[in-house]
Amino acid sequence: MDLTNSTCTEIRDAVRGKKVSALEVTRHFADRIQKLDSKVNAFVSTNDRAEDAAKMVDAKIAKGSDPGALAGVPMAIKDLLCTKGLKTTASSKILANFVPPYSATVVNRLEAAGAVTIGKTSLDEFAMGSSNENAATGPVHNPWNLEYVPGGSSGGSAAAIAARMAPGAIGTDTGGSIRQPASFCGLFGIKPTYGRVSRFGIIAFASSLDQAGPMALSTKDCALILETISGSCAHDSTSATIEVPKWSEIITEDVKGLRVGLPKEYFAEKMDSDVERVTREAIAALKDKGAVIVDVSLPLVKHAVPVYYLVATSEASSNLARYDGMRFGHRSTNAAHGDLDDLYSSSRGEGFGSEVKRRIMLGTYALSSGYYDAYYQKASQVRRLIRNEFLNAFQTCDVILSPVCTSPAFKVGERINDPLEMYLNDIFTTSTNLAGLPGMSVPAGYSKAGLPIGVQLMTRHFDETRMFNVSLALENSLQAVKARRPNVI
Amino acid sequence: MKKPDSGLDLATVQKVANLARLKISDSEATAIAGQLSAVLENFKQLAAVDTTGIEPLVTPTDLSIRLREDEAVVEKDVESFVANAPARSGNLFKVPPVVGG
Repeated sequence: MDLTNSTCTEIRDAVRGKKVSALEVTRHFADRIQKLDSKVNAFVSTNDRAEDAAKMVDAKIAKGSDPGALAGVPMAIKDLLCTKGLKTTASSKILANFVPPYSATVVNRLEAAGAVTIGKTSLDEFAMGSSNENAATGPVHNPWNLEYVPGGSSGGSAAAIAARMAPGAIGTDTGGSIRQPASFCGLFGIKPTYGRVSRFGIIAFASSLDQAGPMALSTKDCALILETISGSCAHDSTSATIEVPKWSEIITEDVKGLRVGLPKEYFAEKMDSDVERVTREAIAALKDKGAVIVDVSLPLVKHAVPVYYLVATSEASSNLARYDGMRFGHRSTNAAHGDLDDLYSSSRGEGFGSEVKRRIMLGTYALSSGYYDAYYQKASQVRRLIRNEFLNAFQTCDVILSPVCTSPAFKVGERINDPLEMYLNDIFTTSTNLAGLPGMSVPAGYSKAGLPIGVQLMTRHFDETRMFNVSLALENSLQAVKARRPNVI
Repeated sequence: MKKPDSGLDLATVQKVANLARLKISDSEATAIAGQLSAVLENFKQLAAVDTTGIEPLVTPTDLSIRLREDEAVVEKDVESFVANAPARSGNLFKVPPVVGG
């Protein structure tokens, strides 16, 4: 069995069918991490107890009891999710030695289903970034071309799968942090509806926007992982009690008569020619399968970046107030004796990296007396209008298709000194988070330089089923896209 | 209500840094002033959107927040929390003296 290029579903089936042991699978991917990660730098740490977890799955199978829906599947977990007894850093110096006393609900549910946490993956510090260059452990490299970024903030998770160091991964998405790296690394990645997945134990960036979701090599893998981690959780009052469909069993590539909306404003933007070509090809593929293409209009989406950055940084400035060096995390030894404020500000000044500082500053400014109305409140009002626009567009279509990003992956170092340019990169992804809608990146083609490009699908709240159906239709139509693999393999 | 002000001077940057309890060097402050000024200049575009009478949206979910009984549940031992403390004294978080003298 070619474990390296197997999907999560194939590995699960092989483990359950005793064609391979969970331990062999875990060792295979641990070896690949050992061999390849010095080039890619996707992992912050590996899990010393991974083999023990795999042995438990094998023991269950030997006993004849149910080993779970993800039996023996190694999963790379973004280092923003707490893992009990396993260091969790958010790729920040301020949490360099933090060992959580509990696991995120997402991690508990994966492990209960037999998944093996193989390691913790790098991210832009506290999930703030679009290139995975803002990480305490250094930039992550795109396995398709090591000179390029993998995207961010879930860049480590994306690069880990692209280099086949894990068949599946968990990322988080506050403004595109699953979808953009999935697009840059040629993967399927879904940001579920806000409330679909519990945020408990996930280090908070912007609480009204954050959602965790799967990144993988197929639609079905995303469906399988998402149905495992979804559902209400007593520890997160914003997690929805709404029923979780068995997507891995019910999804179909039938998109006949489905109305696919193209927001004309997304296509009016000055667009990279490769992105435009790939997006048009995806539209044509859906048309061939019987989907109906309709035009929709989302005129306020052009303001999504400022609305997003004002809301997200305001929430972050509040969420990150907890890192004060008192109960956990870095505490400065350089503060003036007896000066509590100096101890706080020194600990934070030393522990946070430059992008995190910039965003805390922006958020603090947007919430400060005299500016609150003009920035945070104004942004929150426009946020409602953007949400209304989407709800209105879904009166005339069932799914919205757009590019994920304005360009394929860019080079390491190319944009890191221009925050505004980096922020504007998020124009197509941030609005779904603002509106709480599900969004997905589906591999759809390549640039002339050979870098992957995805297209984005968006559906109504809690209508992931339809999104998976369209994703499967595209996946089946675009077999040649799937067949290509990065050189690093 | 103040107008959106796109030029951030160094004094404002240091004032905000103090509000956020972030110690930043003069060179960091200069860089942040320039970068955030450019960002805020771009964000001025929001002023063009008519939001008269629009209720701010603070969470995207329509679902009502669930309530639970106000009961204490002991899930973890004290040790697992104190273990991450930068400094501790027995079961307690140890902090430096905050009162001078």
